[in-house]
Amino acid sequence: MAETALNDTRAPLGITELRAGNWRLALLVAVIVMTVSIIALPGEISFWVSLAAVLFVGLSIVINAWGNSPGPLLVAPALALLVVMNIFPLMWSFGLSFFKFRVNRLAPPKFTGLSNYEKILTDPTVWDRLQTTAIVVVLTVTTQMVVGFLLALLFEREFPLRRVLLMLVLTPMMLSFVAVGAFFRFYYEPTFGLLSQAVRVFTGEVFILQATPAGAMAGIVIADAWMWSPFVMLLVVAGLVSVPKYLYEAAEIDRASWWRKFRTITFPYIRSLLLLALLFRTIEAFKLFDIVFLITDGGPGTSTETIAVYVYRLGFQAFRTSQASALSYILLFVVIVLTNLYLYFARQRDAQV
Amino acid sequence: MSTIALHNLTKRFGTLTAVDDIDLEVSAGEVLCLLGPSGCGKTTTLRMVAGLETATAGDVVIGGERVNHLTAAQRNVAMAFQFYALYPSLTVADNLAYPLHAEPIAEAERDRRVAQVAEVLELTHVLRRLPGQLAEGEKQRVSVGRAIIRDPNCFLFDEPLSRLDVQLRETMRGQIKEVLSNLKKATVIVTHDQFEALTMADRIAVMRDGVIEQVASPHDIFAKPSNIFVASFIGTPQMNLIPATILEPTQGVSNFDIGSQHIAIALKHRLRPGDRITLGIRPRSFELVAQQGPETILADVDLIEPMGAETLFHLAMQDHELRVVVDRARRASVGERLAVRFRPEHTHIFDANQQLMQP
Repeated sequence: MAETALNDTRAPLGITELRAGNWRLALLVAVIVMTVSIIALPGEISFWVSLAAVLFVGLSIVINAWGNSPGPLLVAPALALLVVMNIFPLMWSFGLSFFKFRVNRLAPPKFTGLSNYEKILTDPTVWDRLQTTAIVVVLTVTTQMVVGFLLALLFEREFPLRRVLLMLVLTPMMLSFVAVGAFFRFYYEPTFGLLSQAVRVFTGEVFILQATPAGAMAGIVIADAWMWSPFVMLLVVAGLVSVPKYLYEAAEIDRASWWRKFRTITFPYIRSLLLLALLFRTIEAFKLFDIVFLITDGGPGTSTETIAVYVYRLGFQAFRTSQASALSYILLFVVIVLTNLYLYFARQRDAQV
Repeated sequence: MSTIALHNLTKRFGTLTAVDDIDLEVSAGEVLCLLGPSGCGKTTTLRMVAGLETATAGDVVIGGERVNHLTAAQRNVAMAFQFYALYPSLTVADNLAYPLHAEPIAEAERDRRVAQVAEVLELTHVLRRLPGQLAEGEKQRVSVGRAIIRDPNCFLFDEPLSRLDVQLRETMRGQIKEVLSNLKKATVIVTHDQFEALTMADRIAVMRDGVIEQVASPHDIFAKPSNIFVASFIGTPQMNLIPATILEPTQGVSNFDIGSQHIAIALKHRLRPGDRITLGIRPRSFELVAQQGPETILADVDLIEPMGAETLFHLAMQDHELRVVVDRARRASVGERLAVRFRPEHTHIFDANQQLMQP
């Protein structure tokens, strides 16, 4: 604290002062150099000139920070990575969504305004895929919430081997999507998959789960619920253990029924966590891609093709890069709206209590 | 009949014995206070009566029926918890009505009883509020209200006033006493506060280390403490406990050696010369006298604490400190030497086993 206070009182470097740490001057110079080089020089050369200018500004900022307060420098690598890997591509694709551009063509991007958005929003396929996604979301989130909740009620109590079982139950959540997708693909495999083998014992015929749209959907929902029910369970258990024990004792003295105890004591404590689980799982399910892609690949036909799979097809199979960007941004917008809705409800509840 | 009886009740947690073989009876309409320092097992005892804790050995009998095997709900007891245990998501009215849901009564009747209890405890204006919006005193009244709203076999209160400030505590003591006296049920109150016990109880059971040291009326427990622990636990300022050796009596008057001074008190106790005993005198039972005599000792004023109507003198008498409470009109200055008279009728004698000796 004292150190920063000292730094604040010191007069800032004048912009004209010729010092290594004067990053404002460095930035000014870099912007001028870049602008001039982009206008005057051919593309291949101006790229390298610009890169050098950016590094020059970065270096100047580092030198300046080193002298003043080295603290922020420690988080700088992480921030740099975030910018390079996340924020820059995000901005870039946002820009692309206003251009006409295909990555498999050499033609330079051409500005087309909102026409990509117009195309996407008037495309009946998109609405169809959104419908499929909605079905997946509703089914898988409901399953996860119910199963996760029941698991939580089970694991809240003490019983032998609880710790070991808890660890086993939590494992799916830690696996990668691809691993889970591969597992279930094998389970559902018609010739040697476990499911088919089991059904064959009774019917004598191989069982192809993915043959019907309903079966394929069930396959996806089961796989996703298997993976994420433990997540819901974790949150609910956290809520359950936060209920003070004396409330249950008071309710016992007051001769409350199990249902009344649950409704008046347990539920209020886990309500916000349930909402949180619901939000997380809805967002995740909304952009579900890996499992669908691996288990059904959107089939049969396009009956289980979620919107995320459609974005993938649009961007990397049809190579309509800018349209895929536009669709991605529409999805991002939907997710942000969902999140804020949740936050709105959560705050309103806090204000009530 | 609403009675409680405990027979040889014992509770062990692993190797720790929290409650050690206690016997206790509470008759209908009686208010019994379990009084003792923290960790003495009084709350554990209460919880065993309520059915929230299973006894390791012994019996709990409520209303003449052995209830060891019954759950808390089946025992039909009402209890107010130390931390109130109000249901945080329910309004005060719903909190009060909570125990009534187990009874087959109409909603109108339920509302009527809530209104009635709220009236008695002055909660009518906060009925629509949530517990989080209440002051400590209101929370406490809600927790009492939730206990008295129904007609249970007995009432149990766990440190009902411990979280209130001093003034509120005084008003609530009276209020609870009034409410309880109308209920005509066996009531057990757990407290560590002697004033609470002395003012609210019909009888007090003083506990230490899982054992009941004495059960007596508030008057008797103050006037005739059965041992040194009870004597020092009850009464503020604390009773003076002065080790002494008995000397040869002269003309029917007992002589004691307390440190370097001798004192003669006319006592009826059977005392054998040479025995080591402890003299117990309440700070208010001394008399400051002008003349030194056989019943007086000399001590120097060490510290003066005005307590309002009275003044507390800390007197130094060799290695002992004497606490003497005098009227505030009596002035003295630090270092002054005072003559203090022991009054025979107010002097307790405890034997070498710390038990009270009967005259």
